[in-house]
Amino acid sequence: MVTFTYTVWILLIPFLMFILLGLAGHKLKPKLSGLLGTSGLAVITALSYITAYLYFFQTEKIDGAFQKIIAYNATWLQLTDDLHIDIGVLIDPISVMMLIVITTVSFMVHIYSLGYMKGEKGFERYYAFLSLFSFSMLGLVLSTNIFEMYIFWELVGISSYLLIGFYYQKPSAVKASKKAFIVTRFADMGFLIGILILSFNTKTLDFITLTDPAGPAIAQGSGISFMGLSVMTWSMIFVYMGGVGKSAMFPFHIWLPDAMEGPTPVSALIHAATMVVAGVYLVARMFPIYALAAPAALDVVAYVGAFSSLFAAVIACTQTDIKRVLAYSTISQIGYMMLALGVSGYGGHEGLGYMASMFHLFTHAMFKALLFLGAGAIIHAVHSNYMNDMGGLRKYLPITHITFLIACLTISGIPPFSGFFSKDEILAAAFSHNKILFAIEYAVAGITAFYMFRLYFNIFWGEDTRYEHTPHEAPVTMTIPLIVLAIGAAVSGIIPFNKLVTSDSKAFESEIEWGIAVPSVLIGLLGIGIAYIFYGKKSSLPDRLAATFKYTYKWAYNKFYIDEIYLFITKKIIFRYISEPVAWFDRHIVDGTMNAIATVTQAVSFRIRGFQSGQLQKYVYVFISGAILLAVIFIYLWH
Amino acid sequence: MNTGVPLIYFLILAAIMFFAGVYGFLTRRNLITILMSVELILNSVNINFVAYNRYLYPHKLEGFFFSLFVIAVAASEAAVAIAIIINIYRRFTTINVEDVDTMRY
Amino acid sequence: MIANQIMFFLFSAVIIVFSILTVTSRKILRAAAYLLFVLVASAGLYFMLNYQFLAAVQLTLYAGGIVVLIIFSILLTSQINQKFEPVEWKKALFSALASIAGAFVTIITILDFKFSATAEAAKEVNMRLVGNSLLSVGKNGYILPFEVISILLLAAMVAAIVIAKKAGPKNPDPQTTKQE
Repeated sequence: MVTFTYTVWILLIPFLMFILLGLAGHKLKPKLSGLLGTSGLAVITALSYITAYLYFFQTEKIDGAFQKIIAYNATWLQLTDDLHIDIGVLIDPISVMMLIVITTVSFMVHIYSLGYMKGEKGFERYYAFLSLFSFSMLGLVLSTNIFEMYIFWELVGISSYLLIGFYYQKPSAVKASKKAFIVTRFADMGFLIGILILSFNTKTLDFITLTDPAGPAIAQGSGISFMGLSVMTWSMIFVYMGGVGKSAMFPFHIWLPDAMEGPTPVSALIHAATMVVAGVYLVARMFPIYALAAPAALDVVAYVGAFSSLFAAVIACTQTDIKRVLAYSTISQIGYMMLALGVSGYGGHEGLGYMASMFHLFTHAMFKALLFLGAGAIIHAVHSNYMNDMGGLRKYLPITHITFLIACLTISGIPPFSGFFSKDEILAAAFSHNKILFAIEYAVAGITAFYMFRLYFNIFWGEDTRYEHTPHEAPVTMTIPLIVLAIGAAVSGIIPFNKLVTSDSKAFESEIEWGIAVPSVLIGLLGIGIAYIFYGKKSSLPDRLAATFKYTYKWAYNKFYIDEIYLFITKKIIFRYISEPVAWFDRHIVDGTMNAIATVTQAVSFRIRGFQSGQLQKYVYVFISGAILLAVIFIYLWH
Repeated sequence: MNTGVPLIYFLILAAIMFFAGVYGFLTRRNLITILMSVELILNSVNINFVAYNRYLYPHKLEGFFFSLFVIAVAASEAAVAIAIIINIYRRFTTINVEDVDTMRY
Repeated sequence: MIANQIMFFLFSAVIIVFSILTVTSRKILRAAAYLLFVLVASAGLYFMLNYQFLAAVQLTLYAGGIVVLIIFSILLTSQINQKFEPVEWKKALFSALASIAGAFVTIITILDFKFSATAEAAKEVNMRLVGNSLLSVGKNGYILPFEVISILLLAAMVAAIVIAKKAGPKNPDPQTTKQE
């Protein structure tokens, strides 16, 4: 038996690094603090790979299933006899997989940032926050119980807030960070309510007990019903609300595009590869409950995922800020993962969707981080976020060009890159479960290929825009992560996820279903073809098309006015009809009472201030008379 | 112990002395004379302690030591009070208690 | 017996008369002298009660120390010849009323109260006993109040110096300079 106690260090090292860089960072040279943060990450990356190797290949399986191992556990809060909050480390297939994803991407981003953030003010602060984020994200995936996960969930929220608002002198960044924090906070409220309902009914917070398919928790919760649905379903829907917020699914997606105000490596790490998939991870973590006790909640997951992926893909086609295109693409891809979870069953080949979702999470982390880092390199070279300022860059940025192309092919699902495999599994799972959802996802696959290659052709082909400075290839610290991630994106498709990460931890057989794979590749190629016709050469076709579908285009360009609807609801309805009366009440009734008390006190004080004459002997006179009076009262009159 | 003088006499004497001190405290305007009144008050209390000790608990020494300590406290009080009076004199050029009313409303 | 009574009445007459003179005299130095008489008479009372040590302390500390201190401060702050203005009759009346009422209540209470003495034998108060009690930590020891008093005296000494000290040239008190 292999012991995993050392995995505690995977959590502690980034935390200590955060403390060190946060407290002493300004005393160190910026370069040194960057190197310190990066080397800390290097250590935990190594530890994570060792853990993965030991867990998947050296640990004995029981009944052909990977065991859940509690590597470390300490009771933190004993609430009642059987309900307690622990802090610990849980090792199981998905947490180990997430370890790999997080440490790899985070390590790459650390290296990349050495070049990208060079010379920025607050360089050490940036690395301190990155360490904090790594710590919280790793804590989130390694949590042994749902409450510990909630704590780390909020910690990733706060580190995301800090990093989005890294350029805190920029008003738009401040606004975006507040928006991200408030929207996710609002969703987390649902998560907390879900946790409370869940723990109240099952008397446990522990993941292993909760998700044991034969365990008491699932049976207990599903028995009681409330408003037509079982309590388990309600709590799972509330828990999913937290996931919707963190993963930027519709209708809580509005914070993610704005979050692109943060530094680009941060977008790659937090808002593409790791934090935003926390929602997917949450559903996967609770999956046995969803699948066995709350199928209605699972349907919600599927439909929200499907709708978000279509919705975001359409918006992505119209945006011109390259980071925003990628942000919407992220929403769309996470929608894919949610959908895959939603159409999955529990155990064996039924659990294909679960496996596909985790698989896509893995490949997506690689290629989306690559896309963002590539976009960072482009922005670094051009000093602009907008497509219109780019064009013909393939001559100037050869490495970025190749890696970006690989990423685009991957996300479009073109073999032999990894996206092809994971997307194929998702489509297969959807096809066997629900034909409508399959149709939506099939269309989204085409749209994805279209908008990704629209981006690609606009940036690297087309006319050579006149640049003020000749764009130059990024420094080596930035190109190495690009190359590493490009290799990861290209080849991670061969990882046999059906043997490693499955819904019941047992391996099952699955093969590429050519009946689905071939059409999906075809529609991907179709999307690429259309993009080439539109943007490969100078052409007026896109403009004419936009003019024809003027209203549709305008709607999509303005993101279907979702932000405006939120603003309308908050400003026009909540502020005017709830907040203003409350404010009036506060100002006039509550404050009025206080002011009245103050006024009365003051008036009385003016009357009686003559007592305070400053004449010592008057005071003494009053004191003596009072003392005599009291003596008389108590000795003679009291009886 | 019978000295031929009852305890009551001592107590009445002390009471008269005490209220003479109180009268002085209330009427005098010079801070030093006020201090003298305070000394009178303290002394009357001492007489009470000693008389109680001698008449009621002759086998103990509580009252004796208490008056000893009161004398010590009176000494330190007088020292500090006079220091304060001198400082007041320096600041206001008077030690008339009615003129020192900076702390009024 | 008789001698004791005569002594007591003599002392108490001195105390009462000079107490009242202390608080009514219009010349400050005379008031101080009257206070001295009162304190000496109290020492006589202590002698009468067989507390010789206390009487000695009263004489040296009170009569000798405090009164001299008071006279010094009078010399520093007042003109000796100056006569106080007579007290306002209203103030005098009310103060006298309060004092007499207080004395009345006290004396009534004393007269009402039944004091009961213990039957135990009296203790001879000699210097050895006083010294031992003051420094003893045992049952009848007074080491704690003794130490507290010593700290208090030290603190009073320091405080008196600090308060009475003139503000140095480095840190001139604005109000002092303005007033003087």
